[in-house]
Amino acid sequence: MERRQKLLSYLVVGPFAIVLAFPFYWMLMTSLRSDNDLYDIQQVPFKFNADSPTLANYRFLFEQTDYRLWLQNTVIVGVVVVGITLVLALPAGYALARLSGRWGQSVGVGIFLTYLVPPTLLFLPLSRVVSDLNLNDRLWSLIVVYPSFTVPFSTWLLMGFFKTIPPELEDAALVDGASRLSALVRVVFPLSIPGILTVVIFSFSLVFNEFIYALTFISNSETRTVSSAVPTELIRGDVFYWGALMAATLIPAIPLALLYNAFLNRFIAGFTGGAFR
Amino acid sequence: MAASRRRWQDTLEERRFLAPLLIAPAVLFIGLLVGVPLVLAIYLSLTDATAGSLTGDFVGLRNYLDAWDDPTFRRALKNTIIFTVVSQAIVLLCAGFLAHALVRNFRGKWLLRFLVLLPWAAPVALSTVGFLWIFHSLYSVVNWTLVHDIVPGSPAFYPYKAINWAFARDFWPGFIQISPIEPIDPPQWLGEPHLAMAAIILIHAWRIIPFATVIFIAGLASLPPEIDDAALVDGATGLRKFWYVTFPLQLPIALVALLFGIVFTATDITVVQVLTQGGPFNSTQILTTWAYATGINGAALGEGAAISLYLLPPLAFVAILMLWFARKVEVT
Repeated sequence: MERRQKLLSYLVVGPFAIVLAFPFYWMLMTSLRSDNDLYDIQQVPFKFNADSPTLANYRFLFEQTDYRLWLQNTVIVGVVVVGITLVLALPAGYALARLSGRWGQSVGVGIFLTYLVPPTLLFLPLSRVVSDLNLNDRLWSLIVVYPSFTVPFSTWLLMGFFKTIPPELEDAALVDGASRLSALVRVVFPLSIPGILTVVIFSFSLVFNEFIYALTFISNSETRTVSSAVPTELIRGDVFYWGALMAATLIPAIPLALLYNAFLNRFIAGFTGGAFR
Repeated sequence: MAASRRRWQDTLEERRFLAPLLIAPAVLFIGLLVGVPLVLAIYLSLTDATAGSLTGDFVGLRNYLDAWDDPTFRRALKNTIIFTVVSQAIVLLCAGFLAHALVRNFRGKWLLRFLVLLPWAAPVALSTVGFLWIFHSLYSVVNWTLVHDIVPGSPAFYPYKAINWAFARDFWPGFIQISPIEPIDPPQWLGEPHLAMAAIILIHAWRIIPFATVIFIAGLASLPPEIDDAALVDGATGLRKFWYVTFPLQLPIALVALLFGIVFTATDITVVQVLTQGGPFNSTQILTTWAYATGINGAALGEGAAISLYLLPPLAFVAILMLWFARKVEVT
């Protein structure tokens, strides 16, 4: 019985895993091939042929394009946005979990619902505001706007995490004469570090994912982020650098996926914890 | 001095003041960056504003009516619905199977789960670039596999022959039947309207399946183990158990996953913008890309805003459904 069930799991998950992961396998294969190999229609594309495997595409990407700059821009925006997000979402998430009664529940759900308002509804008016404020082509435009989707999402997650920490721990600190703020900093936050890390990682990956704001606000290569730069700057008219393109898509995807996988269980707990308990 | 500071601290300790104080910054920020632009979008959609100005003359509902009269808009609306409904149907089916298999413990689960999660973790714009290459007009790996003998050393087995045999017949209704694949002229995935639509649907399904699976697993894991025993005692096994026990208990969380999937797909612009930019001949245009083409490329800010705002009523409906579910789950 047990054995059969396990076998069934392999039979279901195996094929799905192959199909779902195939594009990434293909990106890896393509990124390691030479141009002679890649553009020879007679060759079998599933194995390495002339001059392959090679790291030439990666070298091209880092030496001949602005790729390093785009990665750097994305990381800068990501770090600042995560900082802003924590400053706004930590107190809000805590207050919604602990200090507010019924109205807090409504505010929490209200904040979460704003996460459903998509950037595709807001990018047109925001593009005008950004250019009126002379923020075009500056990373500042993204740093200011991105928290609008990371804060609702993070507040919701953190609210779920704080609810799982027993209130008696703070009460004990309060009885010992600590102020609420120091109880928060000394007792609650250390216990919530896994939750906070989860929020950091998922906010960061949302920044890496964002496309439409970056596409409309920024139009010069030097200040683009990875997501908007690769489909625009590396695809110029009919000139495609397919090997380098695939390397460019693979480099951010793998570390992000590893982090995702490591924090997935906590993410699920927080995401559903607010609503399903 | 000391006394006033004391009183200040007491006030801070009071929940009535502390809670709003801690929540206010987040609420203000969200209001400023989501609420205000949303109102601005509605205002713009009622004016004839063009790129370069944030104001225009009030024109009432003319932008909405003009947009509606445009055949491309109708096409975009229809595509948005088709892409969302079909891809989410695929997602629910696949995620259901995957979640049931992944909730058990087995050797190598970590690796398999990692592979399954990849599509959701990778930035969409970048993985869509990967699909540009997979569906390339000359070097597509899909087409290569279709038209080559893929079992080496055997009597020739060409996948396209099998597909032609199965699907290129009059037996099928029009939307399933295909014209025979010719090895000389393999399918142009991104150059032919129906194939491009299929490609977009598959990419959406591909990237949402991991998300839905994850939510389903959370739902399955939250079922108390006593339920299994109770079902066993009552003689419910296999399909019957799924239909009468697991399915009803799973329904709320499955619906939440579905609603999110709908929002993520219907409001997405990245996949279509990177893959086809609405082409060939506007055949894969969706509301969001059409709003971009009209508002940014065409500089008709007001009409662009109107097009994207057609998404608002369905979104509001989804939000209300979610609230209703949240309340329902809370009560039980």
